Amino acid sequence: MPSQRIQAVNKKTQTVTKEIYDFKNKRVSIMNKVMPILLFLCASVSVLTTIGIVVTLISETYQFFQKIPIFDFLFGTKWSPLIPPKSFGVLPLLSGTLMITLIACLVAIPLGLASAIYLSEYAPKRVRKIIKPILEVLAGVPTIVYGYFALSVVTPIIQSIFNGAGVFNALSAGIVVGIMIIPMVSSMSEDAMSAVPRSLRDGAYALGATKFEVALKIVVPAAFSGIVASAVLAFSRAIGETMIVTVAAGSTPNLTANPLESIQTMTAYIVQVSLGDTPHGTIEYGSIFAVGMTLFVITFLLNILAQYIARRFREEY
Amino acid sequence: MEALININKLNLFYGAFHALKDVTLTIPEKAITAFIGPSGCGKSTLLRTLNRMNDMIPGTRIEGGIAIGGTEIYSNEVDVETLRKKVGMVFQQPNPFPKSIYDNVAYGPRLHGITNKRELDEIVETSLKSAVLWDEVKDYLKRSAFGLSGGQQQRLCIARALAVNPNILLMDEATSALDPISTLKIEELVQELKDKYTIVMVTHNMHQAARVSNQTVFFLNGEVVEFSDTEKLFSNPVDQRTEDYISGRFG
Repeated sequence: MPSQRIQAVNKKTQTVTKEIYDFKNKRVSIMNKVMPILLFLCASVSVLTTIGIVVTLISETYQFFQKIPIFDFLFGTKWSPLIPPKSFGVLPLLSGTLMITLIACLVAIPLGLASAIYLSEYAPKRVRKIIKPILEVLAGVPTIVYGYFALSVVTPIIQSIFNGAGVFNALSAGIVVGIMIIPMVSSMSEDAMSAVPRSLRDGAYALGATKFEVALKIVVPAAFSGIVASAVLAFSRAIGETMIVTVAAGSTPNLTANPLESIQTMTAYIVQVSLGDTPHGTIEYGSIFAVGMTLFVITFLLNILAQYIARRFREEY
Repeated sequence: MEALININKLNLFYGAFHALKDVTLTIPEKAITAFIGPSGCGKSTLLRTLNRMNDMIPGTRIEGGIAIGGTEIYSNEVDVETLRKKVGMVFQQPNPFPKSIYDNVAYGPRLHGITNKRELDEIVETSLKSAVLWDEVKDYLKRSAFGLSGGQQQRLCIARALAVNPNILLMDEATSALDPISTLKIEELVQELKDKYTIVMVTHNMHQAARVSNQTVFFLNGEVVEFSDTEKLFSNPVDQRTEDYISGRFG
């Protein structure tokens, strides 16, 4: 019967239609609910850690300042936490840290910038392919190796040049910290420079600029915010560097401007105390948190400064 | 009109690719010469040999000669920077430096050793006037060049090129990124500039070549097919391929 056949066909189309337009998810949709939660938990690990660190730092530092007046800590010129008469003036540690950082930056920023200019403007592709990985390997060398490099190679050279340089001295450690952060400066600056569009370079070349003029007057200014960012990052890396200074700069808190003397940095002090058998809850124990807090505040302010500078001097292209 | 640029049997290779084949051409002084042809025909390549911008592309090889005012520009004695100072260039995309309007125009003169403030002011003013941009920007010279419209930016680039006092101005599809009104302004400007400068322009737009130029060169596959007065080339082309191209049969 024709009508029956039509009905049958109709029925068939109906089921087909139903199948096509059935949007219900037949697969287990639990993954869609679990995955975001799992990923969120992973992301919160670092946030929670940061919060934990800050809370610990603040509470321990607060307890420390209950015993030692904050004024004495910030402006005292004598740091003698372990040997009586005890004194907790942070300036010697601060000056030691800044001296190392300054020497390191004097080494790393010019050399890093120069190699970045070479790599982005001059180096043939093949040379760049070889040098960039080597620079990155340099960034991966453990800092303890750098420390012994300072002690066994750089220090003897310094001693042979300058009479009266100690076995432990700030200059040697500072230079090697500088060498350590060169790759960071050059790699980040090079990225910023390579991102400067070719058309800007062409514009300058077409006006009769030499390669060096293009690099210095077009590429460096256009990449300036990236370069500043790399320099500040290098600066905070140098401030926080621990192993090299512990090994090569000595452990003599010393308010001096002479880089040939032994000094102690904030980080090296923290290592010294936390390695010893200082009992929990003592004033010496509290002092490492106060020093750590100082370090934290400095790097934090530096990061803000870096962001400000990068925004202030940005050349849009 | 006297010939200023003599191109003699020029061959150019990018690696194995033969981009220009036996190009022989003379370009007259103080006139507008247009290079037309479909994409990849070599017209931009030839333009970029005139100020040796191709030097920077690795793997470029050149045979034959180009003489400007009698001097062979590919000889070893030629100082490329001095050549580029004399042969200015404007690019397809406006490429002002990320600096103020003033500093953009003053960039070239400063590069070549002019530091006197008054002298620089004067150069900036005359260059911007020549590029018919002065009236629009004279009160905003310290503002970033990026605040200008595309057409203004391109005129700024022309002013920047004029500021180093060139004899020749190369324009590499200088209006192709601009709207019709800005294009028209630049075309008018080019007409004015030809009294003082020799202008060589590459254009995708045949009508532009017909409107603006005195001489037109038609390129195809790296060869010069036809070179004559613009009027003659468009009204009465000799070569069949030229006729096919200008009548829109290909390209």
